[in-house]
Amino acid sequence: MKKFKSTLFYVSLTVSALIFVYPFYWMIIGSIAPENEIGNLTLMPKSLTLSSYSQMLDKIPIGGAFINSLIVASSITIGVLIFGSMIGYALSKLVFKGRDLIFYIIIFTMTLPFQITLIPQYIIMVKFGWIDTYLALIVPYLINALSIIMFRQYFKSIPDSLIDAARIDGCNELQIIFRILWPNSMPAIITIGIITFMASWNEVLWPLIVIRDESLMTMPQLVTLFAVGGRAESQLGVKLASAVMLALPIVVAYLFFQKYFIQSMASTGIKE
Amino acid sequence: MLVSPYLVHFFLFVAFPVAFSIVLTFHKWNIISPMEYTGLNNYIRLFNDKTFFKSIGNTLIFLVIHIPLQIIVALFLAEILNQKIKLRGAFRGAFFLPVIVSGVVVTILWQQLYGYDTGLLNRLLTGIGIAKVGWLTDPNIAMSSIALMATWKNVGLYIILFLVGLQTVPTQYYEAADLEGATHMQKFFKITLPMINPTIFMVVILSTIGGFSLFIEPYIMTGGGPLNSTVSAVLYIYKQGFFYYHMGYAATLGLFFAFIILAVVVIQKKFIEKDH
Repeated sequence: MKKFKSTLFYVSLTVSALIFVYPFYWMIIGSIAPENEIGNLTLMPKSLTLSSYSQMLDKIPIGGAFINSLIVASSITIGVLIFGSMIGYALSKLVFKGRDLIFYIIIFTMTLPFQITLIPQYIIMVKFGWIDTYLALIVPYLINALSIIMFRQYFKSIPDSLIDAARIDGCNELQIIFRILWPNSMPAIITIGIITFMASWNEVLWPLIVIRDESLMTMPQLVTLFAVGGRAESQLGVKLASAVMLALPIVVAYLFFQKYFIQSMASTGIKE
Repeated sequence: MLVSPYLVHFFLFVAFPVAFSIVLTFHKWNIISPMEYTGLNNYIRLFNDKTFFKSIGNTLIFLVIHIPLQIIVALFLAEILNQKIKLRGAFRGAFFLPVIVSGVVVTILWQQLYGYDTGLLNRLLTGIGIAKVGWLTDPNIAMSSIALMATWKNVGLYIILFLVGLQTVPTQYYEAADLEGATHMQKFFKITLPMINPTIFMVVILSTIGGFSLFIEPYIMTGGGPLNSTVSAVLYIYKQGFFYYHMGYAATLGLFFAFIILAVVVIQKKFIEKDH
């Protein structure tokens, strides 16, 4: 009886896991199946073809979009790490006038729904002449409240004596941050780096608003417009192929760093 | 000073936009021609805009289906994963896969699964002798379909959060309950559930904020149809702003909707504090 129960347990667990994995498998085989087979595809197409991929590559500059996404997400991540640690350091280890006020402002901006600032931010981009440039995609995201709070929390756990010693050795504030604190804060840097990179890699509403030039589009934006617009000519395989291409980079990264991904994403909720 | 970049960024991308959006609500503007002062016109228009209130209603319907479903499924799977099982990491990894993938991927994929004639789900239903469902074509069902998909996408994250919560429950409690001869169900409802209350509330708040920003799923899947049944508030604001270039009106909608979001979150927090 006990054995039966545990078998049942694993069967139901496996079924649940399949519900989450099988659609991705179907997406992949759908993208390499002939168009007329997708409608009744379940496990394996009768013949394989890459025609969906070659058609998609003819229609949209997906390689360029990959480079754009890489540039945008990397720049944002680097900016968030640098500025986040600078401000987090000031808020946790330095004493200056208005420190608490700035801290409360940061907390306040975290509660501010983006729906308020969406339209005015777009207008700022227009007035700066940043529409259809990387600047519009990157600059507004270079600093974010969550990363500052997380750095502040983490730096608080680093003893002051370490910083005082560095100061006696003649380090200035920036050297303290990047030479002393950074090597001692790898868990925080990895966590903030991963969640920032993921969020900017997957962002799609803002690019849809500020980028109209196809050669500057990020990957999710390009794939979205391809799927919604007429260019996929309602061919399922071509749409699925574009979705596979979009999923691929993040899934590959996930397979290598699964543990870090899960820890990082989970900590965004726990830190609150 | 180290915080000066923050102050510049704050004034440029937070404080100024908020102030400017309030100014915008009293104007009519398509960006190209000069701004035109229109007094309270945008607000009057808002209160007569049935589609906008429908979009808020749709968003609330989404939340009401999505949040309880998500909590139940996540708790159930987290409870299972919290047992001593083989391959726990692999199962956890499987549930987490949709979380890391872009919502665009998930939406394109589920659009096919939900297809009326050849979609996998309807083929499965007809296979076991049940009538086809108009997942995305029936106005009464379409929003639920999107909520179901969103649950599938996000539940992995909440499984992890619940797992962390479950591990904080002291094992002595379960051992004591075992001595008393408690059943699995009793242990779950009498010990586990009360102990992980804080996690549940956190999940509610996080998925409320996430749900209020619902946009790309209906944008790709249905374009807001059928019969505007899946227009989310953000999708409607986006259309007003970047399709019709009604900047003043879109800013008014954004401001009004933001107040609704804050009100809902504040009410939820009140409930949480009352409970503790």
